[in-house]
Amino acid sequence: MHHSDQAPSPLALLETMMLIRAYEEALVGIAAGGNAPGTCTSVGQEAAAAGVVRALAPQDRILTNHRSAGHLLARGADPGRMIAEVLGKRTGYCKGKSGSLHISAAELGVVLTSTIVGGELSLAPGVALARTMTPGDDGIVATFFGDGAACEGVFHESLNLAVVWKLPILYVCENNEWQAFVHRRETMPMAHVRDWAAAHGLVAETVDGNDAEAVHAAAARLVARIRETGEPAFLETLTYRTRGHYEPDDQFYVDRAELAAWQARDPIELLAKRLRAAGRLDDARLAQIRARVAAVIDEAVAFANASPWPETAELFTDVYA
Amino acid sequence: MPRITVNEAIAQAIAEEMRRDPAVLMFGEGVATKRGELVAEFGTARVRNTPLAEGIIAGTAAGAAASGLRPVVDLLFAPFLCFAMDEIVNSAGKLRYMSGGQFKFPMVVLAQSGAGWTVGAQHNHNLEAWFVHSPGLKVVMPSSPADFKGLLKAAIRDDNPVLFFMDLALGFQAGEVPAGEHVVPLGRAATLREGRDVTLVSYAKTVHHCVAAAEMLAGQGISAEVIDLRSLKPLDEAAILASVRRTGRIVVVHEASRLCGVGAEVAALVAEHAFDALKAPIRRLTGPDTPAPSSWPLEQAFVPQADAIAAAARELVGARVCA
Repeated sequence: MHHSDQAPSPLALLETMMLIRAYEEALVGIAAGGNAPGTCTSVGQEAAAAGVVRALAPQDRILTNHRSAGHLLARGADPGRMIAEVLGKRTGYCKGKSGSLHISAAELGVVLTSTIVGGELSLAPGVALARTMTPGDDGIVATFFGDGAACEGVFHESLNLAVVWKLPILYVCENNEWQAFVHRRETMPMAHVRDWAAAHGLVAETVDGNDAEAVHAAAARLVARIRETGEPAFLETLTYRTRGHYEPDDQFYVDRAELAAWQARDPIELLAKRLRAAGRLDDARLAQIRARVAAVIDEAVAFANASPWPETAELFTDVYA
Repeated sequence: MPRITVNEAIAQAIAEEMRRDPAVLMFGEGVATKRGELVAEFGTARVRNTPLAEGIIAGTAAGAAASGLRPVVDLLFAPFLCFAMDEIVNSAGKLRYMSGGQFKFPMVVLAQSGAGWTVGAQHNHNLEAWFVHSPGLKVVMPSSPADFKGLLKAAIRDDNPVLFFMDLALGFQAGEVPAGEHVVPLGRAATLREGRDVTLVSYAKTVHHCVAAAEMLAGQGISAEVIDLRSLKPLDEAAILASVRRTGRIVVVHEASRLCGVGAEVAALVAEHAFDALKAPIRRLTGPDTPAPSSWPLEQAFVPQADAIAAAARELVGARVCA
C-alpha cells in the first residue's frame, strides 16, 4: 500500500475499508467455528483506520489496541500473516505468541500493540520521545484507543505528559459509544472525549468517524501540524461499534434502534454512495473490488490454515533479549 | 580504593553510563531538581522531571526502551510501583515475548524501600518478590556501595527491564568502591564469608545482619557462611546449592514478608535439589505478614535482627547434635 501526504483516491479508501470488512467477517466466521478466541472486530469503524493510517508517512509509528486489524491492514499488513497470528501459527507476525489481540509489526511501524485498555496510551510518549531525541527523525506517533480507554487514568497522564514535553503524538480516539458491555453515556458526563483533551491543552477535533474522506482530511491536517510544531494533537472519530465486544456476543444489551441508525450510516455504504453519485463507481467496478478483496482474504485464510504450529520449544524463547 | 556512600555510588554509576552511551537518559519525579550535576553535564533532554504520575513514567520508559533509548526512571518508593504495575508487568515484561521478539526493553526502574526512616507502610513495603514472579523482568537488590555501583551499571547495559531496589537504610552507608569501570554481572551471588556449619542467605540490609550474626556465631564455635544474593532474578541457584551441599544447613533471611517471598523460593530450591545434603530443616527468618509500622521499635521488630539469625543458626546446628 502507499503512504503519502497526498490524499489517497477515494476508491483506495473504499477498497481499504472493504478489505478490513472482509478480513473481519472472515474472522467472525472462524470464531463462530470455535477458533480465533478473543476476536474483537471494528465492523462499522473502518473509516477511522483507513482515513488516519493513510494520512501517515512511512517513518511514522502506530500504537494500537485490541481492535487493531483495520490499523494493520490499512498500513499494508499481510492478512495471511495476521490470520496466522490469530490462529497461533508460526508464520504469524509474532510467531503465534500474540494472538489476535496484540499483533505488532515492527517492519510496518506498528509497534507495541496493547490490549490492556489504555496500555497504548502509556507507551506512546516514550515512543515519541525517542523520535525527538533522534537527529533527523521527523516521524510522529499515532495512537489509537477508544472512549473506554479515555476513562482510564493513564489517558490523562499520557496527554498531560505529551503536552508538557511537546511530544509529536496524534491521539486518535475512536469513540464507538461502547466500553466493553457498558454504553458510554453511563460512564462519561459528556458525549465527546475531545472536551477532556482540550482541557489538557491539546488541539482537539471531532470528525464524523464514518466518513473516510472527512477522517482523512482531518487527520492529514493534524499530522501536518504535529510535524511542523512537534506538539501533540487529538482527533476523535465519532462512530459506533456495530458488533459485540468480542465474538460471539449476541448484543442483548444494545438498543436496537440506536444500532439500526448507525448501521444505516455504514462507512463503506456512505462512501460507495457518494462515489456513485459522482460517477466514479458503478456496479461493475464495485464487483471488481469486492472480488479482488475476497480473493486476498481467501488466500490469507488458506495460508494461515496451511501454516505450521510453533515448535513447543518456542514457549521459552523471546522472554529475554 | 575510594570510600563513597551508596547514594554516591548510584550517582556515579548513572553519570558514567550516561557518559558512555548517549541513549541513556533519566527521568522521574524530582530527578532534574535533585540531580543538578547530571543536568549540568547532560542537559535537560536527558535528565528530566516528570509529573507525579508513576504509570506514565514507567510506560514512557517502556515505550522509549522499545524505540532505542535506555531509560533509567526513579519511582522513588517501592509502594508507588503499584501505580506502575501495568506498565512494568504487562508492557515492559511481556511485550517482547508477545511480539515474538520484535522489541526489547532496556530500562531500569529505581525504587527505595525498607525499614530505617519510620515513614510507614505506604513508603516502606518490600514487594520485590512480586516482580520475581513476573516473566520478562530482572530484579536486583544490593547491599554494598560497590555492588550498588556495579549492578546498576550492569542493569543499565542489560537489554531487559530491571527493577533496581534500594534499601533506604543503606543510602548513607559508605564502603570501598572501585573508581570508573566496575560492572557486577546480574545473576551472581557473592559469598561474603566462608563457613562450614550453616549457610546464611540474604539480600539488602539483612545481609549485614547476617554478617553480624556470623561474627557472633564464630565466637560460639559455629562457622557460618554468608551469601548475598544481590540479584533475585535471575537467582544464583548454583551458588546457593553449592553452599548448602557444603554446610548442610540453611537460614534464609529477608525483610520482606514470609508468604511467597524470595525465601520460599530459596527453600523450595534447596528442598528440590539438595535435600540429601540437609542435616537440619530449612529455616526462614523474614518480616511478618503485616504492613510495615512507623514507630521505631515496631519498625525494628519487623526486620530480622542479628541475634535472631544467630539463634536460628544455633538451633539448626544443635539439631544435628540431638539427632
